[in-house]
Amino acid sequence: MLIFIVAPLVLVAFYSLTVQTEEGIRFTFENFVRFFKPIYLMVLLRSMWLAIISTFICLLIGYPAAMILAEKGFNRKKTMLLLMILPMWMNFLLRTYAWMTLLERKGLINSLLGFLHLPQLDLMYNNQAVIFGMVYNFLPFMILPIYSVLSKIDHSIIEAAEDLGANSFIIFRRIIFPLSLPGVMSGITMVFMPAVTTFVISRLLGGGQFTLIGNLIEQQFLLTGDWNFGSAISTIMMIIILLSMGVMSKYDKEHEGGGLW
Amino acid sequence: MPDEIIRLVDISKEYNGTEALKNINLCIHRNEFVTLLGPSGCGKTTTLRIIAGFEYPSSGYVLFEGVNINDVPPYKRKVNTVFQKYALFPNMNVEENIAFGLKVKKMDKKLIKSKVASILELVNLSGFEKRSVDSLSGGQQQRVAIARALVNEPDILLLDEPLAALDLKLRKDMQIELKNMQKRLGITFIYVTHDQEEALTMSDTVVVMKDGSIQQVGTPEDIYNEPQNAFVADFIGESNIIDGIMIHDFLVEFDNQKFECIDKDFGTNTPVDVVIRPEDIKIVPENEGMLKGVVKSVTFKGVHYEMIVESQSKYNWMIHSTLMEPVGTVVGLNILPNDIQIMKKGDK
Repeated sequence: MLIFIVAPLVLVAFYSLTVQTEEGIRFTFENFVRFFKPIYLMVLLRSMWLAIISTFICLLIGYPAAMILAEKGFNRKKTMLLLMILPMWMNFLLRTYAWMTLLERKGLINSLLGFLHLPQLDLMYNNQAVIFGMVYNFLPFMILPIYSVLSKIDHSIIEAAEDLGANSFIIFRRIIFPLSLPGVMSGITMVFMPAVTTFVISRLLGGGQFTLIGNLIEQQFLLTGDWNFGSAISTIMMIIILLSMGVMSKYDKEHEGGGLW
Repeated sequence: MPDEIIRLVDISKEYNGTEALKNINLCIHRNEFVTLLGPSGCGKTTTLRIIAGFEYPSSGYVLFEGVNINDVPPYKRKVNTVFQKYALFPNMNVEENIAFGLKVKKMDKKLIKSKVASILELVNLSGFEKRSVDSLSGGQQQRVAIARALVNEPDILLLDEPLAALDLKLRKDMQIELKNMQKRLGITFIYVTHDQEEALTMSDTVVVMKDGSIQQVGTPEDIYNEPQNAFVADFIGESNIIDGIMIHDFLVEFDNQKFECIDKDFGTNTPVDVVIRPEDIKIVPENEGMLKGVVKSVTFKGVHYEMIVESQSKYNWMIHSTLMEPVGTVVGLNILPNDIQIMKKGDK
């Protein structure tokens, strides 16, 4: 525990609070101050914005999917669950590369369109492609928690509501949805966090012209070698994620009790 | 009958080829406390769910005040259910749970509040409005479930083994409370249980079911004293069921002895089932008894002793008596004609 969790964190914190000068190491907040320049803030905003949109789309697709899966009489449940989990066994990079070959200018989809004499589409290197990549990669993380909460709802509760005069719309709004909120919350967290920090998807499908916060951190470490600034951005991200999780679980608490905070 | 409220006509229900209910015909009257009694898997819950509308009968129909309600969905039926595991809404507090049905009907808020308050008083839970349902004990949750159903003023209240999860003492108290509630409110109760004592205590009418068909319908006294077949006799209370031969009217032979009885119309020399309640067998000195036997075991049951007496033809009689005879004693047994119940041979 100490080695794997605490040590790296201490290291990151140490780097973020220091700069290397000719005289040696000096403690400073410079790295953090530097981040609050418009250019970097724009990157942060764009990352958050794309992550929020992807999370929202995941929720829109994931919730109904989870509902269908949790449906009592749904007899292809096992197959569907397997299909959903199967891609997760493959390397994340590989899957994203696979989409590249599909979406490319000369990729499979455009070839097909060309074959049908339809106009070619710019499917890659834009915001939509990045969002698409995020939704594709993170959708299971939305569906599974919601599914697990939904499938645990006692069917007699739904029957009781029906018995008391509620039609299916009221049952959903007053019973099923409120009871599924913990699943929705953990789904949102599990999608939003990797989405906001991803750098692979934005680089591969966004073509590098869409710098996200993850790319920025990666650049600091691998390209410019400015570990101190990179650490500072990482620390800021960590704080943002921690804060948003705190807000989430606080909201969650009102309904469920317990949680991180 | 003018006060008939529910009639089941030739109801059958199949699940994947197995018959859960076979030609159920049953008439239930207004203000009646009816109990569906039977072992698990006898179809009593299925019958209840058909009345509630959660199951659709494979054939036959449900008449509500003479109108076929087969196609009326549960949420439009004037029937409310108390579920076995209460099925309270975990995301709502006590008050919200009870108010749910009224809110759905878009009743005036003030009216809802006063109705909830008065129903909570009825179930002795005043002051619990804002409590979360998880913080309640089993008995309290049970009352909330009953209140949630009753507040809608249904014509019929369906109860699916509502007391099964409670401990004995609480169960007895709730039985009396439920019965009182039913009398006071004048609502028809249809109650499902596998507990014969519960059925006898609470009901106006008991419907004994087995393997998806009705065995007997009658008052608790009828069911106990005049069981129509060996199954009912065995299920309702404890009984000695022994093979016998009806020699002619008013004379039956069992355990190698001839006994006078009060039954007739079985023909002559017909094999029959003879049912005798354990408390109806009198232990007398060895030479004064119609039967003779050896006490094999004695168990103290609180109110009475339960003794097993083996007769000369090796039949083990179960006897309940407040007086105890030690194991190994040879005793005589007497049975009055009135206490001998003769039934046609049937499947047990």
